[in-house]
Amino acid sequence: MKARASLGGRGLHRRRLVQGAAGIAVSFALTPLAAQVMAQTATLTPLPGSMNTYRRLQGWLQVGADGLVTIFSGKVELGQGIATALIQIVADELDVPMDRVRLVSGDTARSPNEGVTAGSLSIEQSGVALRHAAAEARALLIAAARERLGNRLPAEAILGTADGFVTAPGGERMAYGELASSARLERDITTVPRPKPVAARTLIGRPVERIDIPGKVTGAAMYVQDIRLPGMLHGRVVRPPSPRARLISLDESSARALPGVVSIVRDGSFIAVAAEREEQAIAAATALRSSARWDEKATLPAADATLFSGMKALRSEDTVVSRKTDGAALARATRQVQAEYTRAFQIHASIGPSCAVAQWEAGKLTVWSHVQGPFQQRADLAMTFGLPAADVRVIHRDGAGCYGHNGADDVGLDAALLARTTGARPVRLQWSREDEFQWEPCGSAMVIGMRAALDADGQVVDWGHDVWSHTHSMRPGDPDGDNLLASWHLATPRRESPARNLPQPAGGSDRNAIPLYDFANQTVTNHLIPEMPVRVSALRTLGAYANVFALESFMDELALVAGADPVAFRLRHMKDPRARAVIEKVVAMAGWKPGAAPTTSGGISRGYGLAFAKYKNLAVYTAVIAQVSVERATGVVKVPRAWCAADAGMIINPDGFANQMEGGMIQSASWTLLEAAPYDRTRMLARAWSDYPILRFSDVPRIQIELIDRPEEPPKGVGEGTQGPMAAAIGNAFAHATGVRLRHLPLTAARVKAALA
Amino acid sequence: MNLDVNGQQRSIDAAPQTPLLNVLRHDLGLNGAKYGCGEGQCGTCTVLVNGAAIRSCVTPIGSLGNARITTLEGLGNLERPHTLQKAFITEQAAQCGYCISGMIMTASALLAKTRNPDDAAIRAALDGNLCRCGTHNRIVRAVQRAAKEMA
Repeated sequence: MKARASLGGRGLHRRRLVQGAAGIAVSFALTPLAAQVMAQTATLTPLPGSMNTYRRLQGWLQVGADGLVTIFSGKVELGQGIATALIQIVADELDVPMDRVRLVSGDTARSPNEGVTAGSLSIEQSGVALRHAAAEARALLIAAARERLGNRLPAEAILGTADGFVTAPGGERMAYGELASSARLERDITTVPRPKPVAARTLIGRPVERIDIPGKVTGAAMYVQDIRLPGMLHGRVVRPPSPRARLISLDESSARALPGVVSIVRDGSFIAVAAEREEQAIAAATALRSSARWDEKATLPAADATLFSGMKALRSEDTVVSRKTDGAALARATRQVQAEYTRAFQIHASIGPSCAVAQWEAGKLTVWSHVQGPFQQRADLAMTFGLPAADVRVIHRDGAGCYGHNGADDVGLDAALLARTTGARPVRLQWSREDEFQWEPCGSAMVIGMRAALDADGQVVDWGHDVWSHTHSMRPGDPDGDNLLASWHLATPRRESPARNLPQPAGGSDRNAIPLYDFANQTVTNHLIPEMPVRVSALRTLGAYANVFALESFMDELALVAGADPVAFRLRHMKDPRARAVIEKVVAMAGWKPGAAPTTSGGISRGYGLAFAKYKNLAVYTAVIAQVSVERATGVVKVPRAWCAADAGMIINPDGFANQMEGGMIQSASWTLLEAAPYDRTRMLARAWSDYPILRFSDVPRIQIELIDRPEEPPKGVGEGTQGPMAAAIGNAFAHATGVRLRHLPLTAARVKAALA
Repeated sequence: MNLDVNGQQRSIDAAPQTPLLNVLRHDLGLNGAKYGCGEGQCGTCTVLVNGAAIRSCVTPIGSLGNARITTLEGLGNLERPHTLQKAFITEQAAQCGYCISGMIMTASALLAKTRNPDDAAIRAALDGNLCRCGTHNRIVRAVQRAAKEMA
């Protein structure tokens, strides 16, 4: 259990919930050693964000003699702009230009372990920690300047900071670089540092250009795919043809004879090849694939609608995650309504297939990787190879867009297994498009049963929400299993960790299943299905996408029964003023008119739909209105326009915020209209983009976004705010346009055509 | 074998059936064109051959002869970015950015033929290029901005 001890060294590990000092929810589980550390820190002053568990100032921030500021984060750039936001936060708090701040992120040898970059928590955990680290450093630099000025400075004089200098009233300036050595920045933080007041902020809340975009639009080496090391080889894997297939035989001879082939690995059902050139590795992999014989098993579930009844029939672990009772209200019930919603298995489908570079030197492994959790990948790599975690270093580099747990972790092990046979020569291994579609974990299919009772006034007096789902997190870093794909295929196979549900208040399958509306009676039940015939793990928003689709679709269904406008119906059940504010704002933006009739002309019906969610019930408030058009003859649904109003407390970078919201809406429109992973009883069937179409330019909605800034409120995560509301807004707009309610995601043309027939 | 890449004659030691993408990335160390699907379906490997946008992942180098090949790096660099590259920075038209080289090269071929393409024409030209982050509308705005500045 070396990996367990190593994880404990940094104290934290996913699974359980620790309520951070600033009321910030952190999904981690305590390992035994970590529990000890926590017991010791229990007597210490709680500190903000990730600083609470990682208290060395110089572990967050260092100031060089040249005045350059280096900051360290466990959170990584996934295309969401976090690197820029973290630098922006520190530059603002420390009064130093952004181009004087360097970020080291996701390097297990240098960064704090802040868990996985997931759940829209990077600003809340790392951003908040770095802001306070910068505040502490600023105070220490001012103190050092005061000491240096000594008697020359009147006791009542106030020192300021600007542009990387401490400034004194007489106009004297001392550069941070000159003060750094005497400022005693190497220390534990013991009291909560005091950041600047809102009025003194210079960068926070302003649109700042992303630091990585110039390099990315001019071809600089920005991605893990661009790493070129001396002597580097190129690798490919030959995966089994189906999830539970086992290798019977393999003839390596023809592949071995091909030009450039350096090494072929066969270990159980794991096959990989390294060659001097990438196309040589691809040719050798093709030869190996054609000579491999496999034993395949029909282990996949039904791909039609019986999937969902089948899921409900499987053994489940049932947990009531929310219950409210009020007998008097219940007695007023006059009408019962129920409906069942479903969601297909869906794929991350990043444009760039997963890639890693691995190198072994003197028994130690280094992996360059675009994972969300470098420390978690390290833990599973160490587990697989039976190494102490200290002998494995994972260094994060940008990859193609990451929308959850895709192949990024797995490809690191593939490259490491191959590089183990190539001496000190590093191996770069990028999956094929087919590898990615076939093997990356899917977002779980889900069944959601909704029921409600209304009283004579059309008020909801009882509410029920039941979720049946596989888990939404099978990430590496679980001490009870190895969650890297190739480890299951080795001659001595490793076992994946048991399926667990991320607990409330963030939730996993049941994320956003607990309504924010004010209902007198409610029961929300999660039915976790431990069996996983289709490989599943985290896809952006976990269960929230489908839960919000169901909850917010059902609110419209109830409004219809109650004879109420969907907006008015929501507002009369909603007390939270920030929720009301985003709903009212988006209504104004889109010019929503209660009772407005849908239109039909030229065989195309048009309508509008609204939906709301507060992501995880903890993060950004989001209200969306979608306009849809439905071509009745073909069943093709389009979303020409959409509007979004959002409130995430203190805004760090409004342009980055808007970019995330718009991107989420477009991705959600694609999921909602088009996407279901194809499979038969044996094989996953998506091999190319033609098998798994996504939304293209001509069909992307035109989007308008307005943000509500609350500079005195803590900043909240924004990257997953829109997916659920967008899906439900589309569903509600479809129902408005056609008078027909669709409850099954995705709303494909075939399904729509059948429903309208 | 010789190839004309970004205005320079480059000598390549690779088999004629080698995809242009592999030569650009691994022999010439150019990062712009990316591997996305290897089947010409996603557009992230797009480069210009004699001014036309082509999929370098399915183009064997043996088919190119003396053709002029232009990659993202041939348009401009950090110090002197091309109008399109500047427009993508100004519009902050990227999230992960992996598809952006293909977007810029496809847009470059469009703008060489069509001086002031309207919104629909830009979208139609880019329909074969996939973006997964949902940056489409910013990309369209960046192309519109560049078109205006180049007109």
